[in-house]
Amino acid sequence: MVTRTPGPPEDRLLPQTPVRERRVGDATFPVRIWRGTASGRFQQFDVPRRASQTVLDVVTHVQRHLDPTLAYRYACRVGMCGSCAMTVNGKARWTCRTHVDAVATGAMLEIAPLSHLPIVRDLVVDMAPFFDKWAAAKGQFKPTATRHDDFARVMPGSPARRAIDATLECIGCGVCYAACDVVGWKPDYLGPAALNRAWTLVNDVRDGEGAARLRAVAAEGGCHSCHTHQSCTRSCPKHLSPTASIAGLKRRVAQALVKGKL
Amino acid sequence: MRSARHAAWRFVLQRASAAVLALCVVLHLATIIYAVRHALTAQAIVAHMHASLFWPAFYALFVVAVAVHAPLGLRAVADEWLALRGRAVDAVLALVALVLLVGGLYAVALLAG
Repeated sequence: MVTRTPGPPEDRLLPQTPVRERRVGDATFPVRIWRGTASGRFQQFDVPRRASQTVLDVVTHVQRHLDPTLAYRYACRVGMCGSCAMTVNGKARWTCRTHVDAVATGAMLEIAPLSHLPIVRDLVVDMAPFFDKWAAAKGQFKPTATRHDDFARVMPGSPARRAIDATLECIGCGVCYAACDVVGWKPDYLGPAALNRAWTLVNDVRDGEGAARLRAVAAEGGCHSCHTHQSCTRSCPKHLSPTASIAGLKRRVAQALVKGKL
Repeated sequence: MRSARHAAWRFVLQRASAAVLALCVVLHLATIIYAVRHALTAQAIVAHMHASLFWPAFYALFVVAVAVHAPLGLRAVADEWLALRGRAVDAVLALVALVLLVGGLYAVALLAG
């Protein structure tokens, strides 16, 4: 049984006062959090305002002190793992790296699960479709060497390896996928993360997948569906540019096509 | 995979026709501005079309680029905004391409005499 911790004194500020103007420590602010599945609804909670508060702090406070049935994911809480990705005031973000100050410009903080993925419950989504598309884009390394071969020599300054530098740090958090307009419009679109990983591997000189990966990313629902909106690039918490990776795939596919190698 | 090659060709043709259209539109706008500035009559314009092979050829190229570009664009719009995709949609769009091509080339032929 959860008992509510003694709350702060009643806040006499107007309901529409912006969150950042509410005094820290002795005021609460309203937070709307998605409950249930796709046919669920928003539930409002009043959460204490604290200094340097992150959205993850808010969700954690609700689950620990107000409603233990709230389902959500997090792990590292320091901006490394990507588990805490949610939709905050309409934008996909890492909640541990989102200060309430930065996003609550109005009076309300609204927290929903990531877009474009099936909702398991509350703020938890099923990431399986995201990773299924990763596999469909042939986002796995295909080795060509054996234990009997010498180490591969990959020159760090080579154009292909430098191209990989810009794409390698993806941790599969799903924020770009949630932010992508085309993913919302076209259910079979592989999406920015899967295509970014495919481009990483296309540039990996050790990889043996070759034209099969180009065919996987060029098929219907592949790289050609990207309209270069760059919602992915804008929202990526690791500052990657899946748009650039997809442009690279378009170039590479076109080159293979005209050479008859697709 | 056929799907990959077809999708890739559609993309290449869309980009190529876009490049052609960019040039055609610029030249077309330039001719419109010229025609307005010099108060060319319809007869004068038709006379230009009759006089040299360049203008009929230019506008024929314009028509071909439109007949490629517009249906491919409509294909994406139908897919993403109306959730309409598949062979039936492709067949309708092929018909649109044919109408644009035949209608456009007929118009050019009429103007060129």
